[in-house]
Amino acid sequence: MKTELLDAVESGSLKSKVPHFEIGDTVDVSCRIKEGAKIRTQIFSGTVIARKGRGVNETFTVRRVIGNEGVERVFPLHSPNVLDIKAIRSGKTRRAKLYFLRQRTGKSVRLGQRHSAHTVSK
Amino acid sequence: MAMLLGKKIGMTQVYDSEGRMLPVTVIHAGPCPVMQVKTTETDGYNALQLGYEDVKESRKKKPQIAHAAKAKTTPKRFVKEMRLCDKAEPEHNVGDSLTVSVFEEVKYVDVIGISKGKGFAGVMKRHGFGGFPASHGCERKHRAPGSISSFASDAGHGGNLKKGKKMAGHMGHCRITTKSHDVISIDTERNVLVVKGSVPGPSGGYVIVRSSHKS
Repeated sequence: MKTELLDAVESGSLKSKVPHFEIGDTVDVSCRIKEGAKIRTQIFSGTVIARKGRGVNETFTVRRVIGNEGVERVFPLHSPNVLDIKAIRSGKTRRAKLYFLRQRTGKSVRLGQRHSAHTVSK
Repeated sequence: MAMLLGKKIGMTQVYDSEGRMLPVTVIHAGPCPVMQVKTTETDGYNALQLGYEDVKESRKKKPQIAHAAKAKTTPKRFVKEMRLCDKAEPEHNVGDSLTVSVFEEVKYVDVIGISKGKGFAGVMKRHGFGGFPASHGCERKHRAPGSISSFASDAGHGGNLKKGKKMAGHMGHCRITTKSHDVISIDTERNVLVVKGSVPGPSGGYVIVRSSHKS
């Protein structure tokens, strides 16, 4: 009964459909940003280097290099402020967490391209 | 004033309408049958006696079983009284069942529970004392309480300790009230009440939920 009731409460905060994307994908994340009274959509694009947590706590980390400076953002997957996640390009990866990219600079940051069904169609 | 008995299920997180993540506690509240109605004529004060969660008859004594039978219900594990205003007549009758829908109009609730036992705890944990430095020559007293009295500071006590001096000792496993939790949602089908923040006690512990004075 315990987990049943917790799941029932959490289910109200879960998104019914989460776009499919994988570790190493280059994604465009559209997020809702509130500036005073105005609400606008901002797109953050980069490589998905980690996916963590379960259920309502699930998050993913997107890394990109802006002007020689690595920038990482952690998005809660089910947050209403994360409007859309578009997988643009799949990367060749052999592990679930790409933290080694943090040590790399320049051209070596890039991952080899993998042709995957969920990105090709777009 | 609305009150229910219930059980803490556990904590989780939900999003509100603005996309903020809220820490919430899920409470299984009610249904609570009214086991007895106390009135000023018969008992000197107005109150409702509520029960929560069935228990095997073999676990209860005969007077308790008969008391429950009077209200046409089964013996309950958790029985508490809800004090009412002495002037107005109680609206409920024996045998009525109170469900979580009593909190439908309520914005804030207080939750009362038995906190988790911490065992014999030192003054730093129990009373938030600062302790002593880790270094600078401090030896064997890093978490000690320091001086507890002196003849000068306790003038009139004859060199004895002041009453109520904060010292190490048993901590936790006592009745705690946390006030003014926001009511996040109510599920009348599953008898679930979701409140913001943490409430006292372990998951599975019994709690009393009542509408807050704030609302």
